[in-house]
Amino acid sequence: MFNLHGYFPMILEGMLLTVEVALLSLVISVVLGMIGALAKLSNYRLARGAATVYTTIIRGIPDLVLMTVVYFGGQMLVNDIGYALEWEYIDISPFVAGTLTIGFIFGAYMTETFRGGILAVSKEEIEAGYAFGMKRSQVFLRLTLPLMVRHALPGFGNNWMVLAKTTALVSVIGLQDMVFKAGMAGGATRQPFTFYLVVAMLFLVITGVSDLGLRWVNRRFSIGVRSA
Amino acid sequence: MNNGDAALVVDDLHKYFGSDEVLKGISLEAHEGDVIAMMGASGSGKSTFLRCINMLETLTSGKIYVRGELIRMKQDRNGVTVPEDMKQVERIRTRLGMVFQQFNLWSHMTVLENVIEAPVHVLKIPKNEAVERAEALLHKVGIHDRMHYHPAHLSGGQQQRVAIARALAMEPNMLLFDEPTSALDPELVGEVLQVMRNLAEEGRTMIVVTHEIGFAEDVSSRVVFLHEGSIEEEGPPSEVFKNPSSDRFRQFVSKHVETEQVIKT
Repeated sequence: MFNLHGYFPMILEGMLLTVEVALLSLVISVVLGMIGALAKLSNYRLARGAATVYTTIIRGIPDLVLMTVVYFGGQMLVNDIGYALEWEYIDISPFVAGTLTIGFIFGAYMTETFRGGILAVSKEEIEAGYAFGMKRSQVFLRLTLPLMVRHALPGFGNNWMVLAKTTALVSVIGLQDMVFKAGMAGGATRQPFTFYLVVAMLFLVITGVSDLGLRWVNRRFSIGVRSA
Repeated sequence: MNNGDAALVVDDLHKYFGSDEVLKGISLEAHEGDVIAMMGASGSGKSTFLRCINMLETLTSGKIYVRGELIRMKQDRNGVTVPEDMKQVERIRTRLGMVFQQFNLWSHMTVLENVIEAPVHVLKIPKNEAVERAEALLHKVGIHDRMHYHPAHLSGGQQQRVAIARALAMEPNMLLFDEPTSALDPELVGEVLQVMRNLAEEGRTMIVVTHEIGFAEDVSSRVVFLHEGSIEEEGPPSEVFKNPSSDRFRQFVSKHVETEQVIKT
């Protein structure tokens, strides 16, 4: 039915890159999200302010605009610094710019998701930790963190799905992900519909597999819940 | 002041919530083996008092000595009283086993994990030793057959017995009970009270915030009745229940005896 003119392996390579970008930016976003959530819940006004500025800026700018700003702006910044310090010319790779930007964007969404998850943890269980002599760090790592997962998981899953789809934007700054490759193949064969349809299905594969994984994790973390 | 022989000395404890004075100078001394029943209407400050002892609430002024050791307090920048040394507070908390009204078991852990959590991670006891001790304690409170269940799959009475085992696992010098039977269905109250009775008979030092007149009368060595943040009546149960000096305490007792009889019939 589909004649892919031998472009399929190339598109699969692109898919690999898509998955790499997605996973790496997921790691960045989880780290930023946890820092952001703790900052927003902290007693320090400065930390709360910084986190609010972060989420407000990120959530207020379209992803595509932000990515191009980081890519081109980042290059200009590196050029200026490199010139001042007499470095060799450094090229900002679209991979680095794309991954960082997506990680940054979703760090803001994760901040809100994790904040909500932490707030949903029962105060009584946390108090019991302190009553038995646990330190703040122990209460956080051994109680708050595992207890918040169940509450944060639905939002986390949503964020991940949207993040995986957002990787399509990296093709705009020249990274050869599967969307970029589909564009090339579609142009060369004059069958853009065929190739974009293939990419659409491959995205469904990624999100479908993720969905199964998330359901497994959800079961794992709902063991202690009556409805489970 | 030498408090070496007292398990707990509370000296002129005041506690404000905002401008609301909920504890108006409470003093109390507990010796090894004492079982003190703290009674009072809701809002009388009895739970707050108990929570001040292990610093879940910070007192506004006053002194607390646990086995002769003063919990050191200081004023922070805003003039609020806070513990001077959290390490000291954490260490003292390991000596005071707390049992909560709502059990407060950790829902992501099994019964066994709940009981070994603090011994392993706070007292740094080897895990196999902690498990052994936990199994013995769960046996003692009669819940060893549910060791690998999660709290949500237990009844309230079972959860509270697990919570008592969790407190005992720390081998504390004193047990603090914050209305341990108030959240239970009437038919589950007895099994928890029985465990507490046994603990009292072992000679454990206990402070029990409770509405259970029967328990206070039979088990406690001293009854302390709080009213609006002050001690209104205090003494051994044989005296205070026969000859209460305060009308409020008399009313409180007759009201609760009535309800207890209604429940029993």
